[in-house]
Amino acid sequence: MSMEIAIPQPVERENYLNKKYGVWSWLLTTDHKRIALLYLLSITFFFFIGGFFALLIRLELLTPAGDLVQADTYNKLFTMHGMVMVFFFLIPSIPAVLGNFLVPMMIGAKDLAFPRINLLSWYLYVIGGVLMLHCMLTGGVDTGWTFYAPYSTNFTNTKIVEAGLAIFIAGFSSILTGLNFVVTIHRMRAPGMTWSRLPLFIWAHYATSIIQLLGTPVVAVTIVLVAAERALHLGIFDPKLGGDPLLFQHLFWFYSHPAVYIMILPSMGVVTEIIACFSRKRIFGYSFVAFSSIAIAVFGFLVWAHHMFVAGMSVYAALVFSLLSYAVAVPSAIKVFNWTATLYKGSIHYDAPMLYAFGFLGLFTVGGLTGLFLAALGIDTHVTDTYFVVAHFHYIMVGGAVMGYLGGMHFWWPKISGRLYPEGWARLAALIVFIGFNLTFFPQFLLGYMGMPRRYYDYSHMPEFQVLNVLSTAGATVLGVGYLLPMIYFLWSMRYGKPAPDNPWNAAGLEWKTSSPPTTFNFEEEPVVTWEAYNYEELDSPDKDAPHSEEVPVAR
Amino acid sequence: MARNVDALYIFLLIVTGMMTLLVFSFLIFFAARFRHRPGVRAEQIEGSTPLEITWSTIPFLVFMVIFAWGAVVYFKERTPPADSAEIYVVAKQWMWKLEHAEGQREINELHVPVGRDVKLIMTSQDVIHSFFIPAFRIKQDVLPGRYTVEWFRATKPGVYHLFCAEYCGTQHSGMVGDIVVMEPAQYEAWMNGGSTGPLSATGEKIFAELGCSTCHRTDTQGRGPNLQGVFGKPVQLEDGRTVTADENYLRECILDPGAKRVKGFQPLMPTFQGLVTEEQVNALVAYIKSISATKPADGAKTSASAAAPLAEEKVQAHGSQVQ
Repeated sequence: MSMEIAIPQPVERENYLNKKYGVWSWLLTTDHKRIALLYLLSITFFFFIGGFFALLIRLELLTPAGDLVQADTYNKLFTMHGMVMVFFFLIPSIPAVLGNFLVPMMIGAKDLAFPRINLLSWYLYVIGGVLMLHCMLTGGVDTGWTFYAPYSTNFTNTKIVEAGLAIFIAGFSSILTGLNFVVTIHRMRAPGMTWSRLPLFIWAHYATSIIQLLGTPVVAVTIVLVAAERALHLGIFDPKLGGDPLLFQHLFWFYSHPAVYIMILPSMGVVTEIIACFSRKRIFGYSFVAFSSIAIAVFGFLVWAHHMFVAGMSVYAALVFSLLSYAVAVPSAIKVFNWTATLYKGSIHYDAPMLYAFGFLGLFTVGGLTGLFLAALGIDTHVTDTYFVVAHFHYIMVGGAVMGYLGGMHFWWPKISGRLYPEGWARLAALIVFIGFNLTFFPQFLLGYMGMPRRYYDYSHMPEFQVLNVLSTAGATVLGVGYLLPMIYFLWSMRYGKPAPDNPWNAAGLEWKTSSPPTTFNFEEEPVVTWEAYNYEELDSPDKDAPHSEEVPVAR
Repeated sequence: MARNVDALYIFLLIVTGMMTLLVFSFLIFFAARFRHRPGVRAEQIEGSTPLEITWSTIPFLVFMVIFAWGAVVYFKERTPPADSAEIYVVAKQWMWKLEHAEGQREINELHVPVGRDVKLIMTSQDVIHSFFIPAFRIKQDVLPGRYTVEWFRATKPGVYHLFCAEYCGTQHSGMVGDIVVMEPAQYEAWMNGGSTGPLSATGEKIFAELGCSTCHRTDTQGRGPNLQGVFGKPVQLEDGRTVTADENYLRECILDPGAKRVKGFQPLMPTFQGLVTEEQVNALVAYIKSISATKPADGAKTSASAAAPLAEEKVQAHGSQVQ
């Protein structure tokens, strides 16, 4: 109590958090910011469940023999780890939390275009999540998150249909979020907020939303087909019934490859904002960064079969998909070069969000470049389905996407909560995550090239793999600590953190021109945008006696 | 083969290592050189189209080199030499069953001689598996309902790991074995111990037992096509298409005779789906192949198949035409 008195705090302004209290004011809210927080709670819950599974997997692999859990349990663990992390954490992570919170604010809107649909999307996510939990608690699934047929349709005895249904429902939540963003970005930009003035975070979310809208229905169809073959014995995928198992893989990857971009594009958007702010600079090559997001979304739909080079596809198809995979690498490379160039002649601050952004740059670069190995047909034949692939996609989806997510959470935490997080702890956590991550996943590249296959519960046939596995497990525990820390100090800061000013970073962007935390409708009056994105020149200009953040130009 | 893959791998390590070094040194240099100093403001730079074009084009060209090199290695991996020794592989949860053309059967262990091209003709009894020999840098999924093919030539005697690389259920990680590479002399000795006779002979027996020979006669009077010399040749189908009679086609004709019926024949043949095991199908295919390769003209046959259009050969080698 004495703590609170000590803080010079005038009467708290009305904001979206204190406007109404009570469970129903949250469960029935249509405020995009409150929905973002609902998502934040639910995805954090699933993140720690998925993380717990990962920890058990790593502990099992500490020794070559299968001694910690049973083979079936292990198979369920990696399956549930994948399903939870992909469908219930990574895909909703940045879009549904940071995107939900920031997209309307960044474009100067009061809310998303369809606030009730936004709430519906969270309920769908929760229904999907509860089903998934029920499925896990009553037996789980053991097919791997990829559901390959005919194993999933006619061989396993686990709860495929229920897990499929959970993902099917959560998929609609993702579709609705994407739909909401597309309409909002098209229709609800404030006066003066032209396409070329949009923050690149918005471009990234726009590209992501298009993938969510066009891709997710395909995985929904695939799940229905799996259920149809499993329950009704329609011959779709199993050759014994006249089906084609490769058809499943084509359908599955047609969504699940673009889904990788659903996970990484928003993170790229976050990192772009952070790098601009902490270098105090306009982003180098704005339009190239913006259009590379769109290019990734488009090309991302044309490379799915690079997951299938050894699956039994024609060599000529493999050739085309390998070529296109190199094409999609170019826009990603453009982004990395532009971020790097943005630092040039900047005035770089090393606050925690920037440390995460640096971490992202390093890990994403490694993840991206190892993708070049996998896209090379001759090498993929050797390393696909080994730990090389596991390491590669964790570098992209954990090193990239999660780093970006954490960077974004730190960057916007003052806006979201109205409190400052403890900077020292945050920098320490960024460092721990970076070290833990590399220690966990770098050894897996080596394991993969040595030939250790994925999804092996017991490697007593090849004990020479143990040293690297021990390193990886050690890294995982470090990484676990790194992930727990932010959760602890974020919670701590909600009560004990210093109240945040409206614009603690002196950052560009409309979201910083409103109060922290914002009011329910974000702005007192509709803003009019008269400046380009990332106008750090003006913000840092010594001529201005008053900080720019307090001048909110308003309509008329 | 391993050497080809490793050469490309090392090339990639160097190229990506250089790229990483380049990006990281710029990052670190900029981060240090342009760190915030009181009184020094950032200099705003819009961007530079020539620079954007440069750093899109150069990586793209480098990528194309990697792509082309990778494709060449892959085509070699996917094209078994014409005179390879053939081994039939049947995968099942959770074991590898291997059968040499000479009739030796093995489980989770494959003996091969040094320096010999070995072609694996593989199918699965249940779910998808993947035949992975890390030391030889090769991997190919093994599918139910069709053949897929991979090949290797071992260059050093020794025992190498064999893994199943496609998740296939509870004992996936137990579906491992050894590739035993032996000196030719030792291999001969091993071969001479315990065999039930060549696979094609087993096939011939099954061919007679199932009554195949009543229709597929060795003259032109049979109700089914004469199978002498048919393997590897183009076949005119009733629906106007032409297919090559490869292992996958023969397999499909046994299990689903109506799917690709030969021009001029009635749909009389019953399906043998469920009546023959995967091993029996393999034996039948081996038998039909054996009556196509007439021994004296062996040299002629090899050169003919070598002269066959490369494209056809590759698709066939990959074995994926069955729909």
